Amino acid sequence: MWLELEARPEASNAMRYASPLIAVVLMVIGGFLIFLSLGRDPILGLNIFFLKPLADMYGVAELLLKATPLALIAIGLAVGFRANVWNIGAEGQYMLGAVASTGVALYFYGVESKWLMLPMMLVAGAIGGALWALIPAFLKTRFNANEILVSLMLVYIAKLFVSWLVFGPWKDPEGFNFPQTKTFTDGALLPLLVEGTRVNLAFVIALFALGAGYVFMQRSFYGFQMMVAGEAEAAARYAGFSAKRVVWVGLLTGGAAAGIAGMAEVAGPMGQLTPNVSANYGFAAIIVAFVGRLNPIGILLASLLMSLLYLGGEQAQQYLNLPSSISLVFQGMLLFFLLGADVFINFRVKRRVAA
Amino acid sequence: MTKLPEGTPRLQLRGIRKVYPTVVANDGIDLTAMPGEIHAVLGENGAGKSTLMKIIYGVTRPTEGEITWEGNRVHVESPAHARSIGIGMVFQHFSLFETLTVVENVALGLPGAPDLNYLATRIEKVSEKYGLPVDPRRLVHALSVGERQRVEIVRCLLQNPRLLIMDEPTSVLTPQAVRKLFETLRFLSSEGCSILYISHKLDEIQELCHVATVLRGGKVTGTCIPSKETPKSMARLMIGKDLPVCQHSALKEGGKVLLRLSGLSHASDDPFGTDLKDIHLDVHAGEIVGIAGVSGNGQQELLRAISGEEPHAEKHPVQVCGTEAGRMMPGRRRKLGMGFVPEERLGRGAVPKLSLAYNALLTAHQRGMLKRGLIDFDAMKLFAHDTIKAFDVRCGGPNAPAKSLSGGNLQKFIMGREIRQSPKLLVVAQPTWGVDVGAAAFIRQALIDLRNEGSAVLVISEELDELFEICDRMAVIAKGRLSPTKLAAETNVEEIGVWMSGMWPGAESAAANAAAKVPHVA
Repeated sequence: MWLELEARPEASNAMRYASPLIAVVLMVIGGFLIFLSLGRDPILGLNIFFLKPLADMYGVAELLLKATPLALIAIGLAVGFRANVWNIGAEGQYMLGAVASTGVALYFYGVESKWLMLPMMLVAGAIGGALWALIPAFLKTRFNANEILVSLMLVYIAKLFVSWLVFGPWKDPEGFNFPQTKTFTDGALLPLLVEGTRVNLAFVIALFALGAGYVFMQRSFYGFQMMVAGEAEAAARYAGFSAKRVVWVGLLTGGAAAGIAGMAEVAGPMGQLTPNVSANYGFAAIIVAFVGRLNPIGILLASLLMSLLYLGGEQAQQYLNLPSSISLVFQGMLLFFLLGADVFINFRVKRRVAA
Repeated sequence: MTKLPEGTPRLQLRGIRKVYPTVVANDGIDLTAMPGEIHAVLGENGAGKSTLMKIIYGVTRPTEGEITWEGNRVHVESPAHARSIGIGMVFQHFSLFETLTVVENVALGLPGAPDLNYLATRIEKVSEKYGLPVDPRRLVHALSVGERQRVEIVRCLLQNPRLLIMDEPTSVLTPQAVRKLFETLRFLSSEGCSILYISHKLDEIQELCHVATVLRGGKVTGTCIPSKETPKSMARLMIGKDLPVCQHSALKEGGKVLLRLSGLSHASDDPFGTDLKDIHLDVHAGEIVGIAGVSGNGQQELLRAISGEEPHAEKHPVQVCGTEAGRMMPGRRRKLGMGFVPEERLGRGAVPKLSLAYNALLTAHQRGMLKRGLIDFDAMKLFAHDTIKAFDVRCGGPNAPAKSLSGGNLQKFIMGREIRQSPKLLVVAQPTWGVDVGAAAFIRQALIDLRNEGSAVLVISEELDELFEICDRMAVIAKGRLSPTKLAAETNVEEIGVWMSGMWPGAESAAANAAAKVPHVA
């Protein structure tokens, strides 16, 4: 007996939303098997990975803290992805956002007014990220260079640039030669939402960005134009929607959002710029955008899930003696199973009858 | 050709049924083709003709039913298998590589690595015998559409088929080339080769075919001898009712010029595209102007230049409603009062996955569907709803995705969307291409009504009958040049046919002038 895939007459809407849930379930099963094969008690392992991080208020706050950059970057990417603009370099744009806002914080070092400092750093972060995204946008619209490759390669340039800054001109003179900048003064730090935790104002900014993303993508005419450009290029040209503008808007929005996320990290939990400013948020956000179906509410939920994977990885490191890359394994499984389950949106399994 | 016992059919189909996930494409079809018979398969779009031919040629397999080939029951496994038992097919859309020569293209379809020189002489022999002149060493991109079709036919004939399937072969030919093709087909038939001739053109079938099997909705609705029928009686078999006729009134002259092309030249971006050369045309309010021509002679490029999908480097060659619009994008041309219906409906005229309501928004957004940059969903749905009603679009309502509609219904929707914006100028490409007869008549009438209300209409079509039915004036496009216009009442199919091969009075000197004067402008 053979199984074969048969095209569905119509894409299944139920499957479109069930697919991320199926992927989560399969990821948990996969985790169970991995713990088992590593000789750990799988129930205990899953418990530590998925439940222990949320056991107290501090843990929940950490969940929101880590979800913040993911949601911010993912909503920005979703704007481009819906129009088939494939910005893979959010990681680099995030770093340039962090660099730009750090620049402001260091230049006005010691200014204590948050009302002055934070808006300036926010704008600087957005501009920094957008400038880094401007390079692939320009090369795409001018020379039709592939934005996937250009934006991805710029990530490595951004990483080296950050290294150069913190090893060189921006190194804290009193930092015992560690590669890091001076710690920001209070005026350059985001206010906390809950005392005793690390979750800060950036989470509210992320929620606001999700709301703005919803209005832009679902209700605005320009969002509609971008959707048409992604679905049917010839129809967009026929209707007179500029394909170049779609590339610009798609990349710059993603870059600006990633830049703001970078600002939130240096002005939040980090309080300074170091080479480890990103925990691969820029890449993980790509998974978040897809698991969330490029939809703002979906992205919020997916960013919480992905954040949990980060926290679970830290717990597993601490209590199960596993390497922290276990987080990446879970992330990878999630994306893999999602892509697998997505096949069934457009296809169904059929048993092949012998001819 | 091997002799069959007297009275044995070449091909016999019994109870052929093909079920796709959403439709039953063929439902119990019987068909018998005798040796040497030219057998018409007649039906509207979606009647199941193509599916049936694909089953015979082994592209797809029937769900039920049996095929008997020269007295033996067969399962045709693949096109290669079909060719090996003596079935050849010429598709409507050619499968030739433009950058290869004729003989290389033919060699690609043969098993093994044939000797090209030997193959070339065989091609020459066959093409001479059947009156299909082809130079085997020419590159395909330099051939006209008619010549390409000859290559496809010769490619089939090299395998000595005993059954040849022709899918809508005349849609790309001038009337004169159709004559030549018919001679070849008759010669083949006299040698004993059976021909399945797929078409929806009744007059051609009457002239050429011995027998016709008529399909409607996947079923056989009748078998007839075309020479003993009238086009009317065959149409009734094909669509189940009489052919509708359009109402046309006399031309009111002296309308304002709403579209002017003055010396439009454009070098195509596509290396195998057609360059437009020094095109002049005026379209006035209150008239329908038709542009005839064999496909691939610059129609696509001309349309893009007029619609703004490929803006020009200069302003003056395209003037829309009195404004020089050559460099404008499509959106700005719309604002001047131009509507446009492209030939590809899915993917260009409409976004396949999106609802009809969203597809209304695509071009009609200036009709009160936007409030400060946000979409007014109620206004958008209302416009779609009214369009569906006014143009009798059969669909599941404004929320139905565009791709769920049949070609004819989607075309009615697109046409309705453009016409309901009351354009001063409407440019339409292939208005009834792939549309069933009933919807086609509706669409033609809608164009005539628009003209009667004082709009200017430009129609570019490869269907001569259609142009003669609706147009006030006609011109012909050939090799990127446009002929002068002529009143439709003062010309006829023969004259337009000659013009379609590029030979209108003064064409030679115009070409020479243009070549001397106009450099290629990108």
